[in-house]
Amino acid sequence: MSEQTLEITLKVWRQERPNEEGRFESYVVKDVNTHMSFLEMLDVLNERLVREGQRPIAFEHDCREGICGSCGFMIEGLAHGPERETTVCQLHMRKFKNGDVLTLEPWRAKAFPVLQDLVVDRNAFDRIQQAGAFVSIHTGSAPDGNAIPIGQEVAAEAFDAATCIGCGACVASCKNASAMLFVGAKVSQFALLPQGKPERNRRVLAMVEQMDREGFGNCTNEFECSAACPKAIDVRHIARMNREYLVAALKEEN
Amino acid sequence: MSANIIDQCVAQGVPFAREYGGVLSNRTFGGAQVARTFYARGQTGQQLLLGAYSALNRQINLGKVKMLPRREMLDLVMVDGVARGVIARNLVTGEYERHEGHAVLLCTGGYGNVFYLSTNAKKSNVTAAWRCHRRGAFMANPCFTQIHPTCIPVSGDYQSKLTLMSESLRNDGRVWVPKKVGDGRRAAEIPDAERDYYLERKYPSFGNMVPRDVASRNAKMACDEGRGVGETGLAVYLDFRDAIRRDGEDAIRARYGNLFQMYEKISGENPYQTPMKIYPAVHYTMGGLWVDYNLESTIPGLFVLGEANFSDHGANRLGASALMQGLADGYFVIPYTIASHLAGRKLGAVSPEDPAFAAAEADARTRTDKLLGVKGGRTVDSFHRELGLSMWDHCGMSRNEAGLKGLLESIPKLRQEFWNDVKVTGDSGNINDELEKAGRVADFLEFAETMALDALERRESCGGHFREESQTDEGEAKRMDDEFQYVAAWEYAGEGQRPKLHKEELAFDEVTPSQRSYK
Repeated sequence: MSEQTLEITLKVWRQERPNEEGRFESYVVKDVNTHMSFLEMLDVLNERLVREGQRPIAFEHDCREGICGSCGFMIEGLAHGPERETTVCQLHMRKFKNGDVLTLEPWRAKAFPVLQDLVVDRNAFDRIQQAGAFVSIHTGSAPDGNAIPIGQEVAAEAFDAATCIGCGACVASCKNASAMLFVGAKVSQFALLPQGKPERNRRVLAMVEQMDREGFGNCTNEFECSAACPKAIDVRHIARMNREYLVAALKEEN
Repeated sequence: MSANIIDQCVAQGVPFAREYGGVLSNRTFGGAQVARTFYARGQTGQQLLLGAYSALNRQINLGKVKMLPRREMLDLVMVDGVARGVIARNLVTGEYERHEGHAVLLCTGGYGNVFYLSTNAKKSNVTAAWRCHRRGAFMANPCFTQIHPTCIPVSGDYQSKLTLMSESLRNDGRVWVPKKVGDGRRAAEIPDAERDYYLERKYPSFGNMVPRDVASRNAKMACDEGRGVGETGLAVYLDFRDAIRRDGEDAIRARYGNLFQMYEKISGENPYQTPMKIYPAVHYTMGGLWVDYNLESTIPGLFVLGEANFSDHGANRLGASALMQGLADGYFVIPYTIASHLAGRKLGAVSPEDPAFAAAEADARTRTDKLLGVKGGRTVDSFHRELGLSMWDHCGMSRNEAGLKGLLESIPKLRQEFWNDVKVTGDSGNINDELEKAGRVADFLEFAETMALDALERRESCGGHFREESQTDEGEAKRMDDEFQYVAAWEYAGEGQRPKLHKEELAFDEVTPSQRSYK
């Protein structure tokens, strides 16, 4: 594919510190090469801002391969931008047109407070996982990996859940700021595998309780989460979490 | 040990590939002729990491680990000659923190980003290791870097990082370039008779599955001959045509679907229809802080784990071993070896009010203030790119004496220019990406010199280190075991001073090192 150059106008949310007021500011980026990733386009803009003595736009990133879960912001109201199953670091400028005006905002959710510009605090996700997204196995006491056979279909379903990178796009794209796709993926992975079954009741109760405590909203079946998920995690994992939760809650009452 | 690790990961809920009967599945990998590698689609490393992360979360939940995200270690604190803590900076508030303990375990990864472009995450850096080196920990074999053969090629000077395509692709993809120099035709227009499947031709028994260094070097040679493909001429084809004909597109999609999708996103080309274009990229650094069998550095109480240390891989690393090392070090080695430090040494109480903490914090503050105070005209990234490019050209896939000597002259000049002309915006009391980057690039500018010196001193070719002066008649790496069978451990001697070389001789009882052959 041959390269072209574009002129893009960005309206970016600028907020210097947490709890400070923010505002949108406009920037025109010229000579955007279509082979660039979206973040590389921001790099070019930021280098210009630095040369001009201005504060560059803060955004999160690390692996730039779509696997670490660090990056993500809203482009024209869409988490990670317009392309399906793609993190913003893997989104390339060839998907845009010359003259496009794009509004960039941070993830908006009570549980994800803005730290600076497009950077939000997602530690709430860590705390949910700390509540139970693990198997309690002491190091060195693991049984042989082949001691418990796992059917290929079960392993594949667990894998689909395990591909979650914890980026938070599901929360950002939900009108309720619900984290149920994220929590559902984590609950599903461990509930499906035989290794996770002994703790399944305790796990789902603890994780859902932590999710509520963090201030995430509830699921009202909009399915926006799954549409925005860069790993295409399916809403059936939410359904599985709900079943797990119901069974666990009933058992707890006994 | 590796069986223990797989068992451990399975028990943690890592979803490894399974056969229909339910047992764990295996596949082949570069450098091996048998299928013996456990895997999790094309993201084994990521899934192992998530497994380890879940185990960490469990310990946090149990109250045994306290997690402090968004912190950067800026210095090591030593009390009575023993590592007893670190100085960290809170990257959100800019506050300096003193953390004291009975030991310090460094698990801070490799230094591949000294090349600016690498497959490492953007924030990977050498700072923690380099700060420990400056406090007395020896740096071993820093010239040993691994260049991974299957990465997406560079497309322009805005390029911020390189993307690795899983090595597993070489199971079914065939690597080739046109036979003719400067052949401008599209891949599909070049008939088989005019394609050079050079790995299959030169290495008939391993073919496309030769180890990473061999595959990388041969790609470079093909491009240097003018037979590279793509807009830049710095790429070779990785072609799935024959595998798709043999097994069908569905079978290939089942094996590599996510990788093909990623390739298409980045390059805009459909690899089911046109061959992938790949080029080698820096992926892993075998060198690092010197450690003994207990993973303890030359500083008592400072332990170094994973890619940050120099151990296990020697001069080259084969596929499917990096996270294995990280997990082995963390799960199975350090829990036992740290005991001799904790039990064997008299470790008195240390307070963060100790003068050693105050001194180290003052150093870190001074450095940060100095970076902000230069107020020059060049961006941090422009220095990093310049350093990276010259390291890639002269200390990358192949090295020679003139190039390395040139580096030893140019790096100190660039470092001086950096401290005279770098422009760091903002202040230190807030999130400031430019300031973070500046500190890391400053350390890369010191570290790179030691790396080039190590490459210059090692006049043999060895694993990932290819010295042009030392090659066989067929252009393969030629080892010189009688002269260089040692670990080069460098001791810091002050800024701009030549570090002191300590040689740790290597003794082989069970095997005899010999010239490798993949023919």
